[in-house]
Amino acid sequence: MIELLDNPVFTTWDSNTSLWSNTLITLYMTVGTVLFSTVIGVPLGLLLFETSGARSGATRWINSVVGFIVNVGRSFPFIILIIALIPVTRFVVGRVTGPNAAMFALAISAIPFLARLIEINLREISAGKIEAVQMMGASRWQIIRQVLLPEALPGIIGSLTTTTIAVIGYTAMAGAVGGKGLGDLAIRNGYQSYDNVVMVATVLVLVAIVIAIQALGSALARAVDHRAAAR
Amino acid sequence: MNTSFTRPGPGAIITSVITLDGLTKVFPAPGGGDPVVALGGIDLHHAPGRVHGIVGRSGAGKSTLIRCLTGLEKPTSGRVEVDGTDIAALEGAALRAARRNIGMVFQHANLLDSRTAAQNIAHPLEIAGVPRAQRRERVAQLVELVGLSGREHNYPAQLSGGQIQRVGIARGLAAEPKVLLCDEPTSALDGGTTRQILNLLSDLRERLGITVVIITHEMGVVREVCDTVTLLENGTITQTGDLLEVASDPLGPLSAELIPLPPAPTGIEALVVNCDYGNSERFRTTEDLIRLAETYEAAATLVAGTIETIGGRQVGRVQLALRNYSGTPISREGLNAFLAELESAGVVAKEVTA
Repeated sequence: MIELLDNPVFTTWDSNTSLWSNTLITLYMTVGTVLFSTVIGVPLGLLLFETSGARSGATRWINSVVGFIVNVGRSFPFIILIIALIPVTRFVVGRVTGPNAAMFALAISAIPFLARLIEINLREISAGKIEAVQMMGASRWQIIRQVLLPEALPGIIGSLTTTTIAVIGYTAMAGAVGGKGLGDLAIRNGYQSYDNVVMVATVLVLVAIVIAIQALGSALARAVDHRAAAR
Repeated sequence: MNTSFTRPGPGAIITSVITLDGLTKVFPAPGGGDPVVALGGIDLHHAPGRVHGIVGRSGAGKSTLIRCLTGLEKPTSGRVEVDGTDIAALEGAALRAARRNIGMVFQHANLLDSRTAAQNIAHPLEIAGVPRAQRRERVAQLVELVGLSGREHNYPAQLSGGQIQRVGIARGLAAEPKVLLCDEPTSALDGGTTRQILNLLSDLRERLGITVVIITHEMGVVREVCDTVTLLENGTITQTGDLLEVASDPLGPLSAELIPLPPAPTGIEALVVNCDYGNSERFRTTEDLIRLAETYEAAATLVAGTIETIGGRQVGRVQLALRNYSGTPISREGLNAFLAELESAGVVAKEVTA
């Protein structure tokens, strides 16, 4: 039992072997990716929602273009996307390896996913509520700020939680561009080096992180949800 | 068709707060068939400070009418004027400003779940850019006005159906609109709550002098609170006028709806006659009809009837069973003479064949 804990996975802080530093790297990549994705994905979801069902030419065009980009983004296998994005990553991030480079690819993959989820959240708001506020003389921007976002907030928090957990899963592939993190540690030092201790330890930490994020997300969603069914 | 029915009270000036002029809305048919005429030339003038009912079955064009009144739908042709502003001609900011002249009350209230009752009531003021302190003051008045004191900080999910509709009405009144437009305001409520909400609406009309338009399929709502009523059928007005006028016009389509006739009885050894004495000056009560039957040597018994007091006047549709004193049905000639005399006095009488 004591020998198990002597494994360098527990005793070192070097990011090639350590559970601890790789946990921090995974958390860093996840938080960074989710922040970027939220800043871009939520407005994109709003754009998808606002332009859907439009009759006029321009709006309809925007919706199909955005919808197409979102679909293409979602259909790429992540490992392929990360490689395919290398030239873009070099341009945007400045280098093609490391956690920051991986984060860029992660965000590109998470944004369309989140945008679709946000669109679905907004679609759940009854049309009657939106019309009621329209009839009060609200502008489109007022409707977004005062109706769409607050009414969909519990759902949006749920979508952010789901996206965060999906991103944690995707960080396992960040190792492909030298991004490191728990997934990379499990593949290299656990799977490829036949070290079951590393394998089990990383998986346990990942499970703990996912459970914690889900619990936090659910608690937040419940706190802002004033609908009857949630009580 | 002349559908103007402004009946001025003493000293009132004939003006209308809502004017519809040849309002027509045609929707292109999905799939390229014949276009659907939702509204086929509606002319309507609503006098200020009264409660106007607009009734019709689903599909009659009620919803389209509301959407045209609030500018959510552009009419194909015709004019929609609310408080002197042509809603149909407005766009953008001007249309949004004009919408503030109309308060809306919905069947399911359409409150925002993310806001408390007070925040929902304040919402139109927020949109209009009223400062916070003024908003708070106005909300406090409205909460008091609709009888919601103590519940203003509850979320809609914590309120009953009737309380939710009170919030909806307070919200509709918040921006001090000229017209309160109610779309099926009581159709989702139980009988007792319906009565409370209707009382609230007529009370508000009294206290604020606001014009109320109630769009409904419930005749009970019209009977209870409306001053005028308009029947919409297949996108056109088939009858419109003051409630008493319409209810007491036995030939119009609405009187039968407002004061429904019972089904014909079976197994009675007598001639059964339906009498509608709504418009008659000579026959004002059922007693008058029975006394007339006696002069034709017939015993009339009341088998069914609906008698309403509308505007302080009795309006009724009754079903009488006529027998000779010997117990046999009365003769054909006797009956015809009886019916003819009723007819000449303005009573619509018809023999019922089971």
